[in-house]
Amino acid sequence: MLYDIALRVRQHYDAPVAASRQTLRLLPPTLAGEQHVVAAAVTVSPPPAERRDRRDFFGNPAIDLAFGGAHEEVIYSLAARVGREVDPRFPPDTPLPAALAEDIAALRSLAPEAPHHFLAASPRLPEEPEFADYARAALPADAGAAEAVEAVGLALHRDMAFDADATEVDTPALEAFRRRRGVCQDFTHAMIACLRALGIPAGYVSGFLRTTPPPGRPRLQGADAMHAWARAWCGRKAGWVEYDPTNACLAGDGHVVVARGRDYSDVAPVKGVLRSAGSQTSRHEVTMTPVGEGVS
Amino acid sequence: MLQPTRRRALEREPWLAGYRPPAGGFDELLDEEGRVRPVWRQFAEGFAWLSEADLKQRMARGEQYLHDAGVFFRRHGAEGGGGRTWPFSPVPLILHERDWRGLADGLVRRAELLEAVAADLYGENRLVAEGLLPAGPVAAHPAWLRPLVGVRPASGHWLHFLAFDVARGPDGRWRVLRDRTDAPAGAGTALETRLATQRVFQELFRDSHVHRLAGFFRAFRDALGALDRVGGGRIGMLTAGPGGADYFEHAYLARYLGFMLFEGEDIAIENGAATIRTVAGPRPLGVVWRRLGAGMADPLELDESSGAGVPGLVSAIREGALATVNALGAGVLEDPALAPFLPGVAAFRGGPPAGAPEGWWATEASAAPFSTAPVWTAGALRPQPVTLRLFLARTAEGWRVMPGGYARLGDGVPARDRGSVADIWVVSDAPVPVDTMAARPSDAYVRPLAGTLPSRAADNLFWLGRYVERAEAAIRLLRALHLRMAETGARDNPLLASLRNYLRDLPLDADENVPQGLLRTLDSALVCASRVHDRFSIDGWTALRKLTEAAEALARTARAGDDTARIMTGLLHRLAGLSGLVHENMYRFTGWRFLTLGRELERASGTASALAHFADPDAPEGALDLAMEIGDCAMTYQRRYSLGTQRNMVVDLMVFDSMNPRSILFLLERMRSLIALLPGAETHGVMSPLARTALSAHAAIAVETPETVDSAALTALEERLDELSDLVSGAYLT
Repeated sequence: MLYDIALRVRQHYDAPVAASRQTLRLLPPTLAGEQHVVAAAVTVSPPPAERRDRRDFFGNPAIDLAFGGAHEEVIYSLAARVGREVDPRFPPDTPLPAALAEDIAALRSLAPEAPHHFLAASPRLPEEPEFADYARAALPADAGAAEAVEAVGLALHRDMAFDADATEVDTPALEAFRRRRGVCQDFTHAMIACLRALGIPAGYVSGFLRTTPPPGRPRLQGADAMHAWARAWCGRKAGWVEYDPTNACLAGDGHVVVARGRDYSDVAPVKGVLRSAGSQTSRHEVTMTPVGEGVS
Repeated sequence: MLQPTRRRALEREPWLAGYRPPAGGFDELLDEEGRVRPVWRQFAEGFAWLSEADLKQRMARGEQYLHDAGVFFRRHGAEGGGGRTWPFSPVPLILHERDWRGLADGLVRRAELLEAVAADLYGENRLVAEGLLPAGPVAAHPAWLRPLVGVRPASGHWLHFLAFDVARGPDGRWRVLRDRTDAPAGAGTALETRLATQRVFQELFRDSHVHRLAGFFRAFRDALGALDRVGGGRIGMLTAGPGGADYFEHAYLARYLGFMLFEGEDIAIENGAATIRTVAGPRPLGVVWRRLGAGMADPLELDESSGAGVPGLVSAIREGALATVNALGAGVLEDPALAPFLPGVAAFRGGPPAGAPEGWWATEASAAPFSTAPVWTAGALRPQPVTLRLFLARTAEGWRVMPGGYARLGDGVPARDRGSVADIWVVSDAPVPVDTMAARPSDAYVRPLAGTLPSRAADNLFWLGRYVERAEAAIRLLRALHLRMAETGARDNPLLASLRNYLRDLPLDADENVPQGLLRTLDSALVCASRVHDRFSIDGWTALRKLTEAAEALARTARAGDDTARIMTGLLHRLAGLSGLVHENMYRFTGWRFLTLGRELERASGTASALAHFADPDAPEGALDLAMEIGDCAMTYQRRYSLGTQRNMVVDLMVFDSMNPRSILFLLERMRSLIALLPGAETHGVMSPLARTALSAHAAIAVETPETVDSAALTALEERLDELSDLVSGAYLT
């Protein structure tokens, strides 16, 4: 499926900001066998004093920006045409935790895709026993890694309510989980924490979700902003599986990947440090429409 | 020197007779037969020769040194006012240079191995691929910094300055307990402990052929200087700031090594290069000796919650434009989970060189029982388990080991806040060269660089000047109030009421004898001073601190009237002493200009405000005398006019008189000339907005006469001075 994606992030500062640095992770990458980028560009207004495009450790396209002069507002815009072709299924016969641990240990690699990165605590996800208890309770007997992914995903979808007002971008994952409310970021963090507690390497994916559903299908939640879902490593044979706990489905044709990492801190779409006295507000607008279907 | 004949064997001296090392262990002082080891004999005999009174005096000298250093360098208000983290044990740990050399050789090999591991973990990752290092612990370690993977340090090396905690086991062999590879602390403690111990045992130190530390520090300083490709010799020490536990050590070392002490906000990244924010604009920076944990170094790419780092630092490192010592990410080598694999890695790299002592590749956190060494307590020496912190620096000639360091004596657990700290003497049989940090005649002359005053330091100096002056004005006002209260005893006198009103706006609560408002101002001055530790007079700081402490103590006991008036006079004398120390001794350069500008601005503003209130035609009787008293010019007035107080004469003296260093016109003139000397005051003959405002403030007053200057004009001047202060901040301090 081919999509046109438009994203506009508008950041407004209460007090003018003298100097700031930002790193953007907004550009979808081409991923062999999954998605290809026909064209994609990020524009920034006002124009930054410096701009550098690079790839980060996990291979995500990153744009480093520096602003010099005082400004009160910045607008980041992405325009992209991306094709995505995947046919997601749960892999059969994935290993049980003990066998999975052997699979992991046998991999002598620190390459970005290696599962080792995704097993331990990460900046936004310290180890919390509450997730472990919850995950174990959700697990059917003798579940393999893929069954565990689905069981945990379904449980979270059942127990957590989507509520855009319940949390902020920096609400700790455990707090959102305790409230059993939140947005895709909170669902995803909870799922990652649960899977790691079970010994399953799990990471965070940021991306876009098609805004208008295919005919006869319901509109998915989280489509009006950038979306997030989880990925889990289900053994050497099966590799990575991506699952969207907010919508209780595998990430499919309608999920365009932007960045992958251990948790939100690795993939934050706009990460910035600024010297300013006031606070800031940020607004995201997203449209992702199949080419030839929607208005352009 | 030493007595050739003795009354009794050394071992029977009362202070040593009770020294009983645990059986089966290794003791540094006594051998297996209970005899003093040869390397300790000279010290022990010299020690025996000291009388109890002499010894007491010497110990006090060491403590005094540490106290003075502590008062200056330790965080204001922290740790009970300048106490050390560990108590000082004056008896050094003595090692013969032969013994030490074996230890040093082993540590150098370990340093080389660790460097190779760092290069691999941030490079091709062969050690993991070959199964020599486990992937899991590396990936899980928060100090393995993914943004630095694949980034080769500008210096070519990951490690430049290391510390190791080592201990000796019962078999007499040394073992490494911990590797400190990220931003090792303690070099300043070693230096400080050495200087204190030297004060205790001056002659013994001199006669014992103790290897000096200065050569090590100089070699390290020169090595860092050699890494600099852009900065013209500026080496920055990056600290987390006065809030950090080790700040005192950073300030101490920066001063000793002649490095600039930076906090994160002093450094800006521009076009992939690091620059220092100075009052003269950005200046290139090529080398940073990092004294904060790597994770905190860049909130943009590393720990996002860090408020102490430099946003974009990693990008400058990635561009190869900045050398950081040690490289960001070197902390992963501290992971104890990697230690068991080091022997395998060493073997893979070709094994330990022939003759290398065994065991250098293993880390043995549980190597206890450690050897014991003497601690001086209750008039006698007692054996205590000892661990050593030793330091290595990479120099042009390779790794160099500090011939010293410090020993921690206690229960053997190298945890903070336990046990005591002693110097380590590495002694030679022959005299050792005496070394200092001073440049040798053979060294090239390096011209000190001007214009590198960091904006943050300038800001703190400017406000230090303002706060000290503000405190002085408050003290004068409070003294005037209490003198009058003592004279009249009346509360409802119109002059007192007017004075109380004036104080309320400052804000000073006249119902408090030593008001909280004054204590807060003094505390703000102290905070500013503590943030410019590396460029502020030690004596000046001590004076300010003691003044603040005195004011706080007096606040609890002061009684209204005469008692408080006398207290204020005492504080005023202390302030005069402080001003003398600072203004007589401070190098007259940019930093001093900001300090002075702050003082003059605050003083002019205070005088304008006081005159607007007390020289107003509607002011109560006695207000003019009060104005002169707080302007400290009553004496001059009497000499010049020798008649009753008249408004125009008071205004003439306090506003226009160019011979009165407190007159507003005098102050405005001085401010103008100070501002003219600041960077960027004039570009192609065009004055900066700041210089223009200073000129117009000056002109606005200069064209007036005592008759025409009314309260409104004085209030307008006050506003103009506020604007001037904002312009200083805008132009230089942000």
